[in-house]
Amino acid sequence: MGSVNTVVSQASPPKKSFLYDPKVRAVFYQALLVVTVTYLFFQAGTNAYDNLQRAKIASGFGFLETTAGFDISQTLIPYSAAGSSYGDAFLVGLLNTLVVSAIGIVFATVLGFIVGIARLSTNWMVAKVAMVYVELLRNIPLLLQLLFWYIAVLGPLPQPRNSIEMGAGFFLNARGLFMPRPIFASDVAAILAALAIGIVGAVLFRRWARRRQEETGRQYRVGLVTLGLVLGLPVVTWIVLALVSTNPISFDMPRKGTFNLQGGMQILPEFVALLVGLTTYTAAFIAEVVRAGILAVSKGQTEAAGSLGLKPGQTLRLVVVPQAMRVIIPPLTSQYLNLTKNSSLAVAIGYPDLVQVFMGTVLNQTGQAIEVVVITMGVYLTISLVTSFFMNVYNRRMAIVER
Amino acid sequence: MKKAIASIAFGLMAAGLITTGASAQATLASVKQKGYLTCGANTGLAGFGLPDAQGNWTGLDIDFCRAIAAAIFDDPTKVRFIPLAAKDRFTALQSGEVDVLSRNSTVTMSRDTQLGLDFPAVNYYDGQGFMVRKKLGVSSAKELNGASICTQQGTTTELNLADYFRANNMKYEVVAFATSDETFKAYDAGRCDAFTTDASGLYAERLRASNPDDHIVLPEIISKEPLGPAVRHGDNQWADIVRWTFNAMLNAEELGVTKANVDQMKSSDNPEIKRLLGTEGKFGEAIGLTNDWAYRIIKHIGNYGESFERNVGEGSKLKIKRGQNALWTKGGLQYGLPIR
Repeated sequence: MGSVNTVVSQASPPKKSFLYDPKVRAVFYQALLVVTVTYLFFQAGTNAYDNLQRAKIASGFGFLETTAGFDISQTLIPYSAAGSSYGDAFLVGLLNTLVVSAIGIVFATVLGFIVGIARLSTNWMVAKVAMVYVELLRNIPLLLQLLFWYIAVLGPLPQPRNSIEMGAGFFLNARGLFMPRPIFASDVAAILAALAIGIVGAVLFRRWARRRQEETGRQYRVGLVTLGLVLGLPVVTWIVLALVSTNPISFDMPRKGTFNLQGGMQILPEFVALLVGLTTYTAAFIAEVVRAGILAVSKGQTEAAGSLGLKPGQTLRLVVVPQAMRVIIPPLTSQYLNLTKNSSLAVAIGYPDLVQVFMGTVLNQTGQAIEVVVITMGVYLTISLVTSFFMNVYNRRMAIVER
Repeated sequence: MKKAIASIAFGLMAAGLITTGASAQATLASVKQKGYLTCGANTGLAGFGLPDAQGNWTGLDIDFCRAIAAAIFDDPTKVRFIPLAAKDRFTALQSGEVDVLSRNSTVTMSRDTQLGLDFPAVNYYDGQGFMVRKKLGVSSAKELNGASICTQQGTTTELNLADYFRANNMKYEVVAFATSDETFKAYDAGRCDAFTTDASGLYAERLRASNPDDHIVLPEIISKEPLGPAVRHGDNQWADIVRWTFNAMLNAEELGVTKANVDQMKSSDNPEIKRLLGTEGKFGEAIGLTNDWAYRIIKHIGNYGESFERNVGEGSKLKIKRGQNALWTKGGLQYGLPIR
């Protein structure tokens, strides 16, 4: 091989000028671009800094430790206007964004898969309903949908004094959904332990069942056993504990107060509107991604599965979807990122997400526009990169399954 | 909101790049060069800043911007109004998007000293109040324990609210919205028990309720809200123009100079009127304008009292009494600094 190379290189025309070497040129242009971009950013940075100095706007991140002085409607961590700082307000907003995005992603995935598969159904009605859903929801701007859910659907709910009683301590009114708040006694640990045992047991059983199936071909009712272990074990523990000693879980029930229901747990209508809006909107896109993925699996696969005697449901679950997943995952990742970023539209309906709390109130009270904007952009970038990273890992695992 | 983030970031960067070299002292020069004034206005508050269906802006704060335009160009129409939500207003001013912010903003020490702003005048003395539905049977803000309250985010209102409920050891649930429009709609739809903003704003917003008589404004005023125009810190000449435009309007009212009689008053022997209307002294030139700057303001807009009556006073739909906003000679707080 070496000798061939030498021959070729000797046969090639004499080397042209250094300037015409494509490799050198490529490196040169890249370097030029990097220098230019760096210079532009440096200039923008120093200019902004100078202008801030001239305008006497304090800069730096010290403001994060200043007392915030305003309240937030939904706080997942302890927060009070009196004692908490702008940094705490940032965390509250961040958590609210993460919560609505995470729940939204789960719901949108489930709904999207159902609609996507329904659109390919041989049942004319089911397919058309799914089609109408997709075309309707993905063509209306999300902001309008959020306002629709918030103003038109949740707005007309009755006032607190006429709350809809749904039984078992559940109430619904214009201020949100109220439900009993569980209060845990110390021996709740036993239930958690039961849950852990249940999960470990279920995982072990699934492994064992799969190995048995591969060896003997016998199928076990994996779903039923999993349900029994994960759900049944803690419930049995709870009942036993309640009978033997005191009930480890008691409930704080919502009661009618002067203005609103007191106590219990409240789910804000802003949260519900945002969650429903994001879920239904993103699900329409996911449905299309799923449909494309399923159509990408060649028809021969379905026919082969059918000839093996698999039922249509089994064909879908065991043959089609696993292969479709390889096509689905990359665009699905984009939809997850979109959902997270779109959650910032919360500002229009008063849900205290990161943009509303941090880019809205905190920026306005402190005037630290550059710092606040940089932090916010950093947060969205980080969320996106992390989501993308995990989806890529998942994608790689799915890809290896290919045989 | 991705777009908003991107545009703000880009705006900040662009502002950083564009103002390079150009002196920060140049607002008047840039306004003259553009040929119009850009004025940060409310997104819509009756009596203070509200565009009608044809896009004609009216209001007390709007009149003030027109007065500045009249002083500079002798033409009150050379203003472009940029509607700004409370949470965006100071950023817009800092970044140079507007030349002056005339948008019922409360003067506070932190805003004056830490936001890179200056507040040259107070054109409305206000205080924060609460509005509730009559059928709730509440007659005092002290009875609002446990209520949910709608407010506009990024305002002093939001901070006073927290202070007031903490001081009175009461609980509440805050629901904050970006614009006054969204805030009031949410209250009107029954999302909140109470709506809080400056008292003037309560009267203005009540007019938009589906049935204004169903709502009452509670008697408590829980804060001082001196509202006034703001400019960027560091441009002293521009701040002077804004400050003296307002004082010219106040002095005109005190001296009885009105839109109708300003031409006759030009021949007045009263030295104070002479200095005001530019027939004596060079006060206009001292702030970079012509000596008849105040004459132009009064000719086009009228004095403070006229603007007040027209927009928020007894002659308007709002029917707000002069109260603290009467001249000092009539027991109010408005005191025109002497032109001499």
